[in-house]
Amino acid sequence: MLEIKNLHARIGEKEILRGVNLVVPDGEIHAIMGPNGAGKSTLSYVLSGRDGYEVTEGEAIYNGQNVLEMEPEVRAAAGIFLAFQYPVELTGVGNANFLRTALNAIRRKRGEAELDAVAFLKLARAAAKTLQMKEDFLKRNVNVGFSGGEKKRNEMLQMALLQPGLAILDETDSGLDIDALKIVAEGVNALRSPKFSALVITHYQRLLDHIVPDVVHVLAGGRIVRSGSKELALELEAHGYAGLEAA
Amino acid sequence: MSATTENTVHEMAAQKYKYGFTTDIAMEEFPKGLNEDIVRLISAKKSEPAWMLDWRLKAFAMWQKMEEPHWARIHHPPIDYDDLYYYAAPSAPAPKSLDEVDPSLLDMYEKLGIPLNERAALAGVAVDAVFDSVSVATTFRETLSKAGVIFCPISEAVREHPELVREYLGSVVPVADNYFAALNSAVFSDGSFVYIPKGVRCPMELSTYFRINAKNTGQFERTLIIAAEGASVSYLEGCTAPMRDENQLHAAVVELVALDEAKIKYSTVQNWYPGDADGKGGIYNFVTKRGACRGRNSKISWTQVETGSAITWKYPSCILQGDGSVGEFYSVAVTNNFQQADTGTKMIHLGKNTSSTIISKGISAGHSNNTYRGLVKIMPGASGARNFTQCDSLLIGDQCGAHTVPYIESRNMSAKVEHEATTSKIAEDQLFYCRSRGLSQEDAVGLIVNGFCKDVLKELPMEFAVEAQKLLSVSLEGSVG
Repeated sequence: MLEIKNLHARIGEKEILRGVNLVVPDGEIHAIMGPNGAGKSTLSYVLSGRDGYEVTEGEAIYNGQNVLEMEPEVRAAAGIFLAFQYPVELTGVGNANFLRTALNAIRRKRGEAELDAVAFLKLARAAAKTLQMKEDFLKRNVNVGFSGGEKKRNEMLQMALLQPGLAILDETDSGLDIDALKIVAEGVNALRSPKFSALVITHYQRLLDHIVPDVVHVLAGGRIVRSGSKELALELEAHGYAGLEAA
Repeated sequence: MSATTENTVHEMAAQKYKYGFTTDIAMEEFPKGLNEDIVRLISAKKSEPAWMLDWRLKAFAMWQKMEEPHWARIHHPPIDYDDLYYYAAPSAPAPKSLDEVDPSLLDMYEKLGIPLNERAALAGVAVDAVFDSVSVATTFRETLSKAGVIFCPISEAVREHPELVREYLGSVVPVADNYFAALNSAVFSDGSFVYIPKGVRCPMELSTYFRINAKNTGQFERTLIIAAEGASVSYLEGCTAPMRDENQLHAAVVELVALDEAKIKYSTVQNWYPGDADGKGGIYNFVTKRGACRGRNSKISWTQVETGSAITWKYPSCILQGDGSVGEFYSVAVTNNFQQADTGTKMIHLGKNTSSTIISKGISAGHSNNTYRGLVKIMPGASGARNFTQCDSLLIGDQCGAHTVPYIESRNMSAKVEHEATTSKIAEDQLFYCRSRGLSQEDAVGLIVNGFCKDVLKELPMEFAVEAQKLLSVSLEGSVG
């Protein structure tokens, strides 16, 4: 379970998060929507441990541990996964090599045996097939020369292999056509289980047709200003965010 | 970065040079300083014929008239050439076989990961082990001699194969080519000699392992490799030295000669002691390496992974004389802390349809400076010559420098010369991306750097590529944060 209590964070002098309170129980998928500049990406970066964001108050407890005190790689081992809005290119680093290095680093930290190349490839090929990715995906350099849709699918492939307990999807739907969107949604839905939870950050309701959330939150002005069932997303789609910030 | 990570990084940095131990062994040293008597002493010690001594004396006379070059982007206090030992060797009589080699030397090489015992040795690799001024052992000589390959210390070649040495020594790097080459020509004490006869593919990888041990001693090795018509050989050199507070001088000369259709692949994994984190100590590495593609369709390929030395000054080059000959230079140069590297290549196109490829990857971290300096020269007769150059620099942190100094000179209208250069930084978002997937900061840097160098690392003989990858990660430990 993820519990965020009164989280304040800033970049430089600018306060972006101003007291976020949020509980995501295991097994649930929560959507976070909100206008530009509301702090959606900041929330995902703060939770995954990116440099440059200063937490001034509050805490984020995941499975009993305050994740805000952990290095990013320790958070990854604890089961937190961030699907990037803009996945990063790594020239010269093969996708399979990257994935195997990551998976084995996490397995080591969890006290599990590392996978050899053969076992890993078997696993990776199966996951790639589920996501309808061509096999040469694994041979290409990480995200180098990938289309927007391919990059997002690659994020889903990583997620499928690393098997996180909590996935944070930062506008994973941006830049996707409808077919790619469905594939990404299937990737998330495939992980659904009583032990898996997700925070799906999105601008648009359409992703939520495919990843049906248990709860929808509206983040505006650095706070959660409304929470509700999946119908809230439809309402926002119809009426916009105007007026919510003051609420 | 949190305080705990920073501590681990410092610990790692402190232990990173694992070859820094010294070996206690009874040594014979000549008196400090350099004069004609020392040159004569070295020559006498090696029981050299008169022609060799004359050659040395001529070089010494020329060196005395020359001045240390200062055009490279390197800085160091003046070197006092009279405060160095020019010859240091274990005092026991030269061993006739591996069984006679001093066990403490064998232990030392074992510790360096170079077992000299043929049963324990890396299969398929013959090693010449050079300790300070002398070769202490050469493995697999019998296997090689069955194939007609000569692989021996150069001091032995001077006595046993004078006709070959006289014909080729100094034919690629003339005695007075430059200050350090002249110095080396006067005082070189050992190094490897390789001759691959006509049509022979050398059955094993050849390798020389250089170790500087003695204090205040310069190492001046000389390597000469000749591949006769249709012959081919792959040769690898490795180098380490103890951690000492004083700077030590290493001024080597390597000459390669490839005749018609011959191929020489020369790989270097240079890991001389780079000095400590404050820039104290380390090797001054002033090296002249040059290959002559004399024959038609001959090929010389240099691959170097340079992670060591306080200062590196070297430009492995190719003279593409034979029509259709090919020159290649693949380089990874890493500088960290206060290291300085000024390295690159020269490709001199003389023959028709000659081609050359230069791939240089410079990585700078800490307060270091890393310069690529290269010359591509197309002479009037080199119709149809082609060159492709790619120079990439990667910066880690904001206190280091990367510099690219390419010279291109084309005197033939039909030549095609391409040059590409990039400079990039390890971006914070790349590191964060890797870490968010569970990789530690150090592993992330290693992965990104190895990716950056991939085009060069894949050129190394397989047995050494893995070593080189590890070496890169170790050299950059503690560089981010």
